[in-house]
Parts: sequence; C-alpha cells; structure tokens
Amino acid sequence: MSMTMTQKILAAHVAGGGASATGRARAPRAPSLRAGELIMAKLDLVLGNDITAPVAIREFSKFGHAEVFDKEKVALVPDHFTPNKDIKAAQQCAAMRAFAQEQGIVNYFEVGHDCGIEHALLPEKGLVTAGDLVIGADSHTCTYGALGAFSTGVGSTDMAAGMSCGQTWLRVPAAIKVELRGKPRKWVSGKDVILHLIGQIGVDGARYMSLEFMGDGVASLSMDDRFTIANMAIEAGAKNGIFPVDEQTLAYIDAHKPGGSQFTATARPPRVYAADPDAEYERTVVIDLAALEPVVAFPHLPSKVRPVREAGEVKIDQVVIGSCTNGRISDMRVAAEVMRGKHVADGVRCIVIPATQRIYLQAMEEGLLKTFVEAGCVVSPPTCGPCLGGHMGILAKGEKCVATTNRNFVGRMGHVESEVYLASPAVAAASALAGKISSPI
Amino acid sequence: MKTQGTAHKYGDNVDTDVIIPARYLNTSEASELAAHCMEDVDAAFAARVQSGDILVGGRNFGCGSSREHAPLAIKASGVACVIAESFARIFYRNALNIALPILECPAAARAISAGDEVSVDLETGEIVDKTTGQTFAAEPFPPFMLELIAAGGLANYLSNR
Repeated sequence: MSMTMTQKILAAHVAGGGASATGRARAPRAPSLRAGELIMAKLDLVLGNDITAPVAIREFSKFGHAEVFDKEKVALVPDHFTPNKDIKAAQQCAAMRAFAQEQGIVNYFEVGHDCGIEHALLPEKGLVTAGDLVIGADSHTCTYGALGAFSTGVGSTDMAAGMSCGQTWLRVPAAIKVELRGKPRKWVSGKDVILHLIGQIGVDGARYMSLEFMGDGVASLSMDDRFTIANMAIEAGAKNGIFPVDEQTLAYIDAHKPGGSQFTATARPPRVYAADPDAEYERTVVIDLAALEPVVAFPHLPSKVRPVREAGEVKIDQVVIGSCTNGRISDMRVAAEVMRGKHVADGVRCIVIPATQRIYLQAMEEGLLKTFVEAGCVVSPPTCGPCLGGHMGILAKGEKCVATTNRNFVGRMGHVESEVYLASPAVAAASALAGKISSPI
Repeated sequence: MKTQGTAHKYGDNVDTDVIIPARYLNTSEASELAAHCMEDVDAAFAARVQSGDILVGGRNFGCGSSREHAPLAIKASGVACVIAESFARIFYRNALNIALPILECPAAARAISAGDEVSVDLETGEIVDKTTGQTFAAEPFPPFMLELIAAGGLANYLSNR
C-alpha cells in the first residue's frame, strides 16, 4: 500500500506498532495506513505556550497521572504575552513556570534565558528532528514540517492528554501535492510562495489534509523559507505541511544538535521518510517559483492575495517585521538590506522583532539592529506580541499595518476597525520606507 | 440528548479571533471569556444569547488559532450546539474535547435563519427548524462520543474509565 510522507511518519508512530528508530537513513518498518483511518500515535514532543498551557495544566490533573510522560518531551515556552504584558498575563506565566518547576520540565524557556518565539526556538534548539511526531497547543506548530517532521496544532485538552499519556489520537490525512518548480527571483521569498498557494486554494482549501511540498524547486528554498511555508499551512486549513528531507535539512539538523553528539530523548537521530512514488493525492498544485512576484494579502483573510504592484495606494501607519512566520535571521537580513542607509517614512511606526535571543544576538553582531535603529525602527525583544493583538504594537481604530505575520482577521492586531496586510520582510521593509504598500523591486 | 433554542447565524470563516479576541486571552476563566464571546463580529451577542441557544455558521467555522478558549467561550455563553457547513479541524477537536456539541450539516447551516427556533437531537443527528418546519439529517455521533460529551469532555471521560 503506497503512502504519502505524512502517512509514513504516522505509521511509524502507531502506538503498540512500529519499531524504534535505528539509524539516520533507514526508516523503521511500520504498518500501512490509508487516509481516514483513526490511530493512536506516540508523541516525540508536546508543546504549549503561556496562553494554552495554563488551560492544559488545569486539565492535566484530571488524567490521573501525577507526572508528565517524559520530562524531556514536553516543551513550555512563554512567548505570547511576554515579557508579561499585564497582571493577568503574569499570573498565567507564573502558573506555567510553577508547573515546569514542579514537574522538572527540561525544556522550559524563561524570558531572557535563551527565550524566543516557540516555532523559531524549538528547531533552533534541535528539539524537533526529521521523522518526529509533534503536537503543540498552538496552531502554527505545523512549522516543523520544514524539517521533515509531522507536526500539528491541537488545543489545550489534547496537550494535557499528550503530556499525561505521551499519545494522541489522529485521523490519517489525505494530501495535496504541491509541486514547486524552478527558482524564485530576488526579493521573492517563502512568504510569497505560501501566500500565493493560499490565494489559489483558499483558507479551507486543504482542510484536514496534508500539504506535501516537493519538486525540484524545493532545493532553491532556504530552511528559513521552508519554515515560513510550513508555518502557514494552517492558513489553508491544513493539518500539516511537510517538506522532503534533503542535504540542507540534514545540515540544519546537524548544526542545531543539542549538546554533544549523544542522542537522548530530546536529541533524537533524524529519521528520513519519503512519499512513495505512487502515493495518492487529492489534487496537485504546481507552482512555478520563477514566475512568482512579491504579493500581499489584503484584509481580512490570508487568501485575499494580490501582487504588490496591483495593491494600489494603501497608506500605512505601522509595519511589523517578526513572528513565528518571519522573525528568523534571513528575514532580518532581507529587511536590513532594504532599509540600509534609508529612513522609515514620516507617520509610520516600524517594529522589528527578532524571534529568538540567538537571532537577536546574531542580528546585533551582523550590524542589522544598528541598521534598523538608524532607519527609525524600534527593536523589540522576542515575543508574539503584536501578531495576535497582545501587546508591543496594537493598532488603533482605522489604522493600517503591513506585517510579516500570518493572520489578518478582523481585529487581529488591535481595534476591530484596524487592518492588517500580510507580506514578506522585503515588502514590509519597502513599505515602511515608502509609507504605503510597496515592492522592493 | 436533545436541545432546543434560538439560532444565531454567521457567515463563512468565523475565526477564533472573532470568537474570542486575543486581548482577552490573559484569562482562561470561562465566565470572563463568555462575556466577550463573538464580540468583534457581533458586539451584542453576549447580551442577547440565552442558555440553550444554537450557533449557526458557514464554511470553515473556528478557523485560525488553536485557542481552546474559543469553544470554552461559546459553551460558557450558554450555547448548546454549533451547526456549520464545515469546521476547521483544531476547533472541531477542541469543541468535542470540552463537550461542546457541534454538528456538520451544510443544508441546515444554509437554511436556518437568525432567530429561528431550532431543535437538535445529538443521538440521531436530526435537526429541526421549528420556525420553518424543515428537517435536516446530520451524521450522528458514535456512542463513545455521546458518552464523552455527557461526561463533560475528554479529561472526565478518560478518568471515568
């Protein structure tokens, strides 16, 4: 029975079935699965943040286990309303911190101590590797598909059950094949690829399905581009987005191995799976990367995509460059390249948010932060903050913002009558300079 | 498990940010969340909704974030059941996990108007619009899911077993 890449990873994690991984290049033998089947699956990592974990912690006690299933396989990341935005948020973070201490959670990332936005942080820390099965109480958990892992967002109760039992139930998804061809032009990035795809298939175009990316175009996409693309699979309704594992993936994993060469519960060897040549797909979408141009998603859906050159005159009040979608070092580099020696337009506030401490430091060492400050940007500590209308850049009534974030729903970044336009770091930076939606080209 | 109430109707892609805006996510207290339920799409909802009412949506109801606060807010506001043409998958899991009954029924979701009196039988999947007299058939829940809902959610269901 032929399977997609996602189905193979799920098959290797069926509880009670499948063998443990033995090596880097050979995947374990596992049962055959088909779309629609329900399985109980073993989890390699369970993730939560300061919004979702407090609810999960409350539920956790009901499952009857005093301790989490594996102290090394739970990751708790205070990143949404941190540094604490108000007293209530502080209480939620305190509850999560107390739980982490009580349970001896190894992968708890305190503000300032190696902190960051969860989906940039976990790959950087080497906590997810190829072939893993990860659930996270955050919808953008699908980001790790860039590493050739199956990862998907769940709610707090599922997180609690996962922390308690180390398992979760899943319906085996059907898949959409996204064939990427050619090489993108300068200033066209992973963000443009995924926005183009969402524009094409719609915000529920991949509902319940996997988005399986493949084709010769994959090789021309950096890991950061792939993280951005997999990150927004959820915006097409997908259960997960996943990339084949190539030399770039393995080099990334190798460079981000946690402490030493010993494999442990948190430092698993990569397990490489590939779709069968005759795997079945619901449909195939072909994207010619060379033909893409910078795009922008208009309010209030990520699918309302049009080329920047057709955006018209949209004057803006704010720009946000950051988030789990586009807060990585290559995003910082591109934005700085556009802004170097120039200045943010009068009347525009530009907020730059390196996604992790390591990215922040690297951006500092490369002089990128200096470029931003000289250009009139404000640089924020790592936080999800403005993306979800939390803090650090909330919009007033009638204000418009170009953001490298992932959602532009009604009221997402502030007032119900504010507007968010989603774009790449290059477009966001160019827009900040021009004071209106603009292309770097 | 039968329920009857007044329908509140919304369109396609009702996202979790309008169900419960993130500015209220600094709490997970159900009653506080309920006070702001649907605020950004229907500011009068919290004041208007009565216990036992039915929420009706279009395609992809509950898309967006994984916040369980969204079904929690709906449930705590008194809504007895959500009927939609389709549900986003994380919301679907979350709703059932916290014992908020939801039914996928495109015909009912399209036909029911705001203000209609609607009855729902979770065991048979029968939806009746008492105002228009129309009857619709949704896929009924399997027995284990009815048990899970009756228990008050996944955590209680598993700890009972």
